[in-house]
Amino acid sequence: MEEKSVNKTNSNGYTFIFAIVMVLVVAVVLSFTATSLQPIQRENVRQEKMQSILATIGIETDRAGAEALYDKHITEEVALMYDGSVAEDVDAFTVDLAKEIKREDNEQIFPLYVADVEGEKYYIVPLRGNGLWNAIFGYISLKDDVNTIKGATFDHLGETPGLGAEITKQWFKESFADEKIFDESGNLVGVSVVKGDIDPSDKDDNQVDAISGATITGDGVSDMISNRLQYYLPYFEQQKDIKVAIQ
Amino acid sequence: MDKEKLNISEEKEKKKKEMILFLSSSEEKEHFLSKGNRKLLTDPLDDNNPITVQVLGICSALAITVQLEPAVVMAIAVVAVMAFSNMIVSMLRNMIPSRIRIIVQLVVVASLVALVDQVLKAYAYDVSKQLSVFIGLIITNCIVMGRLEAFALGNGVYKSFLDGVGNAAGYGLILIIVAFFRELLGSGKLFGFEVLGHKGVTDAESTGLYALGYVDNGLMLLSPMALIVVGLLIWVQRARNRKLIEEN
Repeated sequence: MEEKSVNKTNSNGYTFIFAIVMVLVVAVVLSFTATSLQPIQRENVRQEKMQSILATIGIETDRAGAEALYDKHITEEVALMYDGSVAEDVDAFTVDLAKEIKREDNEQIFPLYVADVEGEKYYIVPLRGNGLWNAIFGYISLKDDVNTIKGATFDHLGETPGLGAEITKQWFKESFADEKIFDESGNLVGVSVVKGDIDPSDKDDNQVDAISGATITGDGVSDMISNRLQYYLPYFEQQKDIKVAIQ
Repeated sequence: MDKEKLNISEEKEKKKKEMILFLSSSEEKEHFLSKGNRKLLTDPLDDNNPITVQVLGICSALAITVQLEPAVVMAIAVVAVMAFSNMIVSMLRNMIPSRIRIIVQLVVVASLVALVDQVLKAYAYDVSKQLSVFIGLIITNCIVMGRLEAFALGNGVYKSFLDGVGNAAGYGLILIIVAFFRELLGSGKLFGFEVLGHKGVTDAESTGLYALGYVDNGLMLLSPMALIVVGLLIWVQRARNRKLIEEN
């Protein structure tokens, strides 16, 4: 009796059938949970997005309170085209930057958020680029002069904890505040993350202090800022004379 | 005549076998929390702790013990995964083809981990972001596969369940102890609440211990410190429990 059952479970046919049934059962269970939990997960992601947009203009909130504050402070969600004109029929908030970034420049949609905090106007630009291991992303907000940074938030998919992942830390994000994105002659340079000899208190040098051991992630942050901001120049120029604002 | 004798002896044999079967089955029907079952739960907490005695599952113990909250969530996640994977594998143990048993174990563990991950993403989003990598790595946690191979494949469902809960709790216990010391000494907080007083930007704004000149130990926040705390725990445990000391 014992031997028979051992033989049965060891036959090729039995092994195949067992494997197939197991995979089917697991697939059904997993896809059922994934689909039934999806609405809640989407809501979490949406609130987190609002939370990080708000964080760049200095409004810290938890996820539950994000939506109310977002509605209060974000006055416009603009979807821009390559030439700086506004695409009226696109919902800027739902634009997936990960997909947009793979398209040709002139086919992309560039989302922009305009905020109002106690009478001050801020422009918030979503960022996306490459870190060492995977994508890095975030938001950067500019003051009304379209030159001075109000704040920035960064996040990542798979940077090394303690090294590249440090870009999400408060001290690193804070070092971007009040930095300028244009150099003295009015060219867009963004903000570079630089190792060594820089003065963190000098806000006009377009440079912030890097994280030791995270050179590639730091370079990724520099690239992503100057890269993404350049697409918004046509729109900013329409809004005001940037050249004048810099002087 | 001979035939009859044979029949009688056969009959006797049969009865004997039935008796043995009955005895063994009644033995299995022991009390829910009998001594043996209790041992399954409590042994891994101390004498046979997976981290401090068997020295397994160290990598996650280093990574997620900076704060108490992720440590507690990780402990709960591992208890859930281990209890149910032990249970499922034990239920299937007579059906699993031995040639693909490791794959079957992996599939069971991996799908449970995927479930836990989905649930965390829905109901504990912030924690799941912090833990995402490590929840996935429960699959490779040696304690989980080790208990499946060593226990669940050869024992009943209820016992395997207890064994899973016990070992995961032993793992979680160490995680929480380490996280307690690291968060308290590293940032003066427990579960994010300031227990040693508030550290202000200037000395005048500080309260509690910080006003007396206490400074957080930043080393506690780095991974190597977890290893040192685990080492100290092993030391304390062996000093207390002489039978764990290996003779050389």
